[in-house]
Amino acid sequence: MAITLSGSDTIPAPPLSSRLTTQQVWGILLLAPYLLVFLAFVIYPVCYGLWLARDPQNYVALYNDPIFARAAVNTLIFLVVGINVKMLIALFLSGFFAQQRPWIKWLSVIFILPWAVPSIPTILSVRFMLNPEWGVINHLIFSFTGDDGPNWLNNPAVALTMAIAVHIWKSLPFWTLILLTGRLAIPHDLYEASEVDGANPWQKFRFITWPSMQTLYVTCTLLSMIWTLGDFNSVYLLTGGGPADLTHVLSTLGIRYLRLDQLSLAMASIVVAMPLVLPLVYFMMKRLSR
Amino acid sequence: MKLPTLKEVGTEAKLLLIGIPVFIWTMVPIYHMFLFAISPKEDAFSGKLWPDHPTLHNFHIVFYQEHYFLRDFWIQFWNSTVIALSAGALTLFIATAAAFSISRLRVPGGRWVMNLALFTYFIPAAFLAVPMYRTMGNYGLLNNHWSLILAMVTIASPYAIWVLKQASDKLPVELDEAATMDGATTLQLFRLVYVPLMMPSLVAIGTYAVLLAWNEYLYAFLLLSKDTNITLPVALGNFLAADDSPWELLMTTGFIYALPPAAIYYAFKRYMVGGLTAGAVKS
Repeated sequence: MAITLSGSDTIPAPPLSSRLTTQQVWGILLLAPYLLVFLAFVIYPVCYGLWLARDPQNYVALYNDPIFARAAVNTLIFLVVGINVKMLIALFLSGFFAQQRPWIKWLSVIFILPWAVPSIPTILSVRFMLNPEWGVINHLIFSFTGDDGPNWLNNPAVALTMAIAVHIWKSLPFWTLILLTGRLAIPHDLYEASEVDGANPWQKFRFITWPSMQTLYVTCTLLSMIWTLGDFNSVYLLTGGGPADLTHVLSTLGIRYLRLDQLSLAMASIVVAMPLVLPLVYFMMKRLSR
Repeated sequence: MKLPTLKEVGTEAKLLLIGIPVFIWTMVPIYHMFLFAISPKEDAFSGKLWPDHPTLHNFHIVFYQEHYFLRDFWIQFWNSTVIALSAGALTLFIATAAAFSISRLRVPGGRWVMNLALFTYFIPAAFLAVPMYRTMGNYGLLNNHWSLILAMVTIASPYAIWVLKQASDKLPVELDEAATMDGATTLQLFRLVYVPLMMPSLVAIGTYAVLLAWNEYLYAFLLLSKDTNITLPVALGNFLAADDSPWELLMTTGFIYALPPAAIYYAFKRYMVGGLTAGAVKS
C-alpha cells in the first residue's frame, strides 16, 4: 500500500526551540511503544531466523529435497505468470473503471468484494467448485457434453494454474484501484488536446496514459512481487501443496517444514529466496527515495 | 429526450462486454458460497445453480452448534472478535503516538524510524511467519491470544504510522503553537488538539487494523491451536482435515465469517477510500 514514501515534506523548522528538551523526551516516550514492537517482533525474529539458517548442512538437505526444486520452479512460474497477467488486467480495468457511468460506479463497489472479504471461505468455495465428483463445474460439463469433467486439482499444472487464478481473483481489485487512482490523476486536458489532433484510443494510451503511469505500474509490479512471494493462502487452501507435494511454492514449503518441526530447514528455504527478494527491495528503495 | 446515437450505443455495448465478465468473475466464488449456505446437502452436491428447497436450516445448525465441527463456534467467533478489536485498539494507540511524535514533535530520527518500519512490508508475509512462530515460542506466547494480537499489530502498524503521519503533516503548525502559548502541555496538546482533529484518519486506520486481524489466516493457524483458543478462519481450515467434510456447513460458517468485514468495509467506505489512499499516489 505504501506506494511512495519519498520525502517531499516541507514542514518549517520547529518554533518551540526553548522547549525542545521536554518535547524530545515526550517524542521518544511516544515513539517507544512502536520501537519495542519493531525490535521484539521484526528485528529479533529476522536475526534469530538468519542465525538458525547458518548451518551449510541445511542447504545440502534442501538441494537434495525434490520438493524444494519443484517449489522453486513453481514459485517462479507463479510470480512471472501471475503478476504479469494480474497487472496487465489491472491496467486494462483501471481504464474501464475510469469511465463515468452510474452502473460502472456500482460495479466498482461490487468489484472490491474479493479484496474486502477474508480469503479462506472464498478460496474453499473455489476448491469445492473444482471438486471432480460434486463440484458445480464438472456437473455443468456433464450436463452439456455428457462426459465426466477433468479431475482439476489432481493435475499439478492445472492445480497451479488454478492457484494463480485464485491469487489474481483476490488481489486484482486492490491493484486496479491503485492504478485507477494514478489514471485519474492524469490531467484531462491532455486527452482533450489529443482528441483535437485526432488521436485514436491506442495513441492516447501510448502517448498520454502509459508515459504518465509507467513509474507507478513498475513500482506496483515490484511491490506485488514481494507480496506474492509471501502469499500462502492461495496455494495452501486450494491445493494444500498437492497432489504429491507438486504444487508447493516457497511460502507453503517453508510452513510445511515448520509444521514438520524442521525449523532450520524452513529458514534455509527462505534464505534461498533472498537473491530474488533483495534486488526487489533494492529497486523499490531506489524508486521510493527518488 | 435525445435518442442515443449509434456511436454511443456502440461504446456502451463495448463497456458492457467488459463489465459483464468482470461481474461474473467477481461474484462466482461468493455466490457459490451463498448458494451452499442456503442449500440442503443434497441440493448443494447436485451442482444446481439455485436450490430446489432453499432453507436457512444450515444457519440454525451453526448458531446452535449442532455439529461436531461447530461445537465451539461461538467461542471461536468471540476469539476472532476480541483479537480483531484488541489488535485494532493497540495499533491505533501505538501508531497515533508514533505519528504524533514523528510529525508534530519532530523527534530526532523519527523519519528514519518510519522508513525502517516500512521495511516490514518488504519481508514477504509467509517468510516472516516462520521466525515469528519460533519467537513467540521463545516469549512463551504460543497458544495465547496475545501472540496473534501482537503479530497483527506488528504488521498493521507501519502502514498505520505512515498514513497517520501523512495526515498529521497537513495540520497547520500554528495550532500547536497557539495551544502551547495557552499553556497546554504536550500531553494535553495530544489529547485535546491532535486526536480530535485526526478523527477521520483514526477511524480509517482503526477499521483497517480490525479487518486485517479479523481476516488473518496464516498467523492465526500457526500461533493458536487449541479448539477453544482458535479464531474462526482456523476452525474453517480444520474442517478440511476430515474426508467427509460437511461442506454446506463449512460454507455457511464461512459466509457468516465473511459478512462482518464486508459490512464494515461498506459502512466505512467513505473514510477508507479517502483516508487510506491519501498520499498513496503522488501526482
